[in-house]
Amino acid sequence: MHNRLKNIFADFSRCALGNFLAEGRTALRDQGVMIFFFIVPLAYPLLYCFIYTNEAVREVPVVAIDNDRSAQSRELLRNIDATPDAHIVAYAADMEEAKAAMQRREAYGIINVPRTFAADLAAGKQTTVSVFSDMSSMLYYKAVYTSALNASLKMNAELKVERTPGATQEQARVMDHPIAYKDISLFNPQNGFASFLIPAVLILVLQQTLLLGIGMAAGTRRERNPGHLLVPAGLQTTNPIPFVLGKAAMYLLIYLPLAIYVLVIVPRLFSLNHLFVPHELALFIVPFLLAAIFFAITLSGLIRHRETSIMLIVFTSVLLLFISGVSWPQSALPAFWRTLACIFPSTYGIHGFVAMNNAGARLSDLTAETAMLWLQTAIYFCTACAVYWQALRSSKDIGTAQPGE
Amino acid sequence: MLRNVIIREIKRLWRQPIFWFAAIGAPLFCYVFFLTLMANGLPTDLPLGLVDEDATATTRSLDRNLDAFQQTDITAHYPNVTEARQAMQRGEIYGFYYIPRGTTHKAQRQEAPTVSFYTNNSFLVPASLLYRDMRTMSELASGAAARSVLYAKGATEGQAMAFLQPVLIDMHALGNPWLNYNLYLSNGILPGLLMIFIFMLTIYAIGTETKEDTARAWYNAAGGKPFIALLGKLLPQTVIFLILGAIYVLIVYGYLRFPCLCGIPTMLGAVWLFIFAAQGLGVAMYAAAPTLRLALSFASLWGVISFSIAGISFPVMAMHPVLQGLSLLFPLRHYFLIYVNSALNGWPLLAAWPFLIALLAFALLPVLLSRRIYRVTTTMEYVP
Repeated sequence: MHNRLKNIFADFSRCALGNFLAEGRTALRDQGVMIFFFIVPLAYPLLYCFIYTNEAVREVPVVAIDNDRSAQSRELLRNIDATPDAHIVAYAADMEEAKAAMQRREAYGIINVPRTFAADLAAGKQTTVSVFSDMSSMLYYKAVYTSALNASLKMNAELKVERTPGATQEQARVMDHPIAYKDISLFNPQNGFASFLIPAVLILVLQQTLLLGIGMAAGTRRERNPGHLLVPAGLQTTNPIPFVLGKAAMYLLIYLPLAIYVLVIVPRLFSLNHLFVPHELALFIVPFLLAAIFFAITLSGLIRHRETSIMLIVFTSVLLLFISGVSWPQSALPAFWRTLACIFPSTYGIHGFVAMNNAGARLSDLTAETAMLWLQTAIYFCTACAVYWQALRSSKDIGTAQPGE
Repeated sequence: MLRNVIIREIKRLWRQPIFWFAAIGAPLFCYVFFLTLMANGLPTDLPLGLVDEDATATTRSLDRNLDAFQQTDITAHYPNVTEARQAMQRGEIYGFYYIPRGTTHKAQRQEAPTVSFYTNNSFLVPASLLYRDMRTMSELASGAAARSVLYAKGATEGQAMAFLQPVLIDMHALGNPWLNYNLYLSNGILPGLLMIFIFMLTIYAIGTETKEDTARAWYNAAGGKPFIALLGKLLPQTVIFLILGAIYVLIVYGYLRFPCLCGIPTMLGAVWLFIFAAQGLGVAMYAAAPTLRLALSFASLWGVISFSIAGISFPVMAMHPVLQGLSLLFPLRHYFLIYVNSALNGWPLLAAWPFLIALLAFALLPVLLSRRIYRVTTTMEYVP
C-alpha cells in the first residue's frame, strides 16, 4: 500500500516535471512564443509609457480676436496666454480668419472678446467673452476652458475689490464666496494620462501575452501531434492534473520575474505612482497570474492552429480595457457587460493593482478582488484539467504508444 | 484569370472557421459591444461619498442638491475623512465632499468657512465629471449666499450678477456641445478594430499559401501574374470589409446620429478609403516580414499602438516629436483627422487633402509590392 502510493506519487511528479520542462523548452526555443513571453512584456510597457509620458496637454495653441482693443481686453488675453494650458499663437481680425486658422490646424481654440468689453465693465454691466474649442480631443476643451475660466476669475476678483470702496481684499473674498471651497485631487494630482492609463495597461500586458503565448504553443502542438491533439497520441494516462500543474509551474516561473519588471520597475522608471506595499502586491499578483495561466490553458483548448491565437486574442485587449472600468466607470457599464467582465482575471487584476499602486490601498481593502481571483484560479484549474482530460482520453483511444513529451 | 483566383480564394476562405470569426463574427461583436457599452454617452450616477460633520438643515439641503445632479449619486455617508478616503482607496467611490463642523454657523457670521472636495484622479473620466458637479454645487451654494446679501442691500438681479461675475465665459464646444464621450470612442476605436481584422486577414490569406505550400497553385490560377494573383486574393475580403464599413457608417451616423456635418456619403467614402489603406498596409507588412507569425505579430503591434498614437484620446500634439513623426505611418491617424475635419468640424474635404493622399498611398502599396509578395511566397519555406 505504502509502495503503491509512492509509485503513484513518483509517476505523478515525473509526468509533471516532463511537462514543466517541455513548456520551458517551448518558451525558450519557439521564436513565436518567445515574442509573446519575453519581447512584448519587456518592450510594450516602455512604449506605452513613452507615448503618454507628457501626461497632459500644455500650451494648446489658440487664436484671439480682440474686438475691443482696450487695456482691459489686452489684460484678459495676456492672462489667458500666461496660463500653462493655452498659448495665443495669433490675433485674428474676425471669426472667419480665426476659423481658417483652426481649419489649417494651427490653432485648437478661439477667444472672442466683444467690442463692448471695457465699456460694459465701466458701466457695471456683465460682459460675455465667447470661447470656442476644437473637440477632436476632450483635452483641448479642458485646456482652453480652464485657461479662459481662470483668467476671467482672476479679473473678476480684482474688479470686485476695485468696485467696493474701502473694502479690503479679505472683505471682497468673503463677499464673493461666503462659503469658500477647495478642490483636492488625490493619487494623480497632475490629472495625467499616463498615471491613469498605464497601470491598467501593465496588467493587461501580462494577461494577454500569457493568452497569446500559451495559445500559440498549444496551436503548434495540435498542428504537429497526430490526430490534432494537445498531447502526443497513445498516452496511457488520463490524469490531467500533472499536465496542467507542470505547465502552469513553468509559466509561473517565467511570469513572476516579468511581473516584477512590468509592475514594479516600469512605474519607477517613468516616475508613475508606486504606492503599493511589496509583499502585499506579491500576495495579490500570484493569484492573478495563476488565474490568468489556468484561464489561458483553458482557452488554448480552443486553438487549432499556431497563428490563430493572434487573430483570436489581440483585439480583445481593447475590449478588456473598457470593461475593466478604468477608462469607462464601472458603475456606468451596462449590467450585461459588467457580469461578463467577471470572467476575466484582468478585471480584478486591474482593480486591485490600480487601487494598490495608485491609491495605496492595502491588501485588506481588496479582499473581494483577491477572493475572486482565487475563485477564478480554482474554476479555471478545473476547466484546464477538463481540457487535458479530454485530450488524454482521445490520445489513449488513438493507440500506438509514443514516449511522453 | 482574375475570376479563377477569386473563386479559388472564396473556396479557401469559406472552409476556415477563423475567417468567419475575424471577418464577420468579431467585427460585429465589437460594434455591438461599443455601441451598447456607452449607450448613455456620458456616465450617470457616479458613486460619491459625503462627510457631513456639520449636519444642519443647510448642509442637508446641499447633500440633496448634489445628489440631484444627473452624474452624481451620493452612495454613502462617512463619519470622517479617513473612512471616506479608505473607501476611495478601495475603489467604492470616485470622490467625496467634505463639510467640516461649524460650516453653517461660520457662513452666517460671514467668516467664510471652507468646504472641500476630493476626487480620485486615477479614474480620469469619473473624477472630472464629479469634479465638475461638486465645483458647480459649491459655486451655487456660495453664489446663492452672496446674492442674497446683495439683494438685501437693494441690488437687482442684473446688478448682483454684474458685481459677482463681471466677466463671463461663454464656452462653445464645436461639434460636440454635449461633451459626449462616446463620440471619441466610437469614431476612433471601432474603425481601429476593423483595421486590426483587415491587417490580420490580409496577412493570413497570403501567409497560409506558404504554410500550406499552395503558392504555386495560387499563381497558376492567376496565369502567373503577381498583381492579378494579389488582387484576386484580396477582393473577396475587400467586399466583406466594405459591407462592414457601410454597416458601421449607417449605425453611427444614420441610426445613432452622431455629428456628421459632411453628410453620410462622404464619411462612407472616407471609411472605404481607410479600408483599402488598411489592406494595403497589411500587404506591406507581409512584404516586410514574410512569415505568417512575424507579420501577424507586426500587425498586432501596429494595430494596438494605433489606438494610442492616432490621438483619439490623448492628442498627438502632446507626444514626443519622434512619436508625432511616427504617427504619420498609421492609417488610423489619417482617418481620424479626416473624420475630425469633415464630420466633426464640417470643413471642406479639401482641407484634409494630406490625409486623403496618405490613405491613398497606403492603398496603392500592393501595386508596388505584388512582385515581392510573389517572390517571398513562392521561394520561402514556411517557418513555424
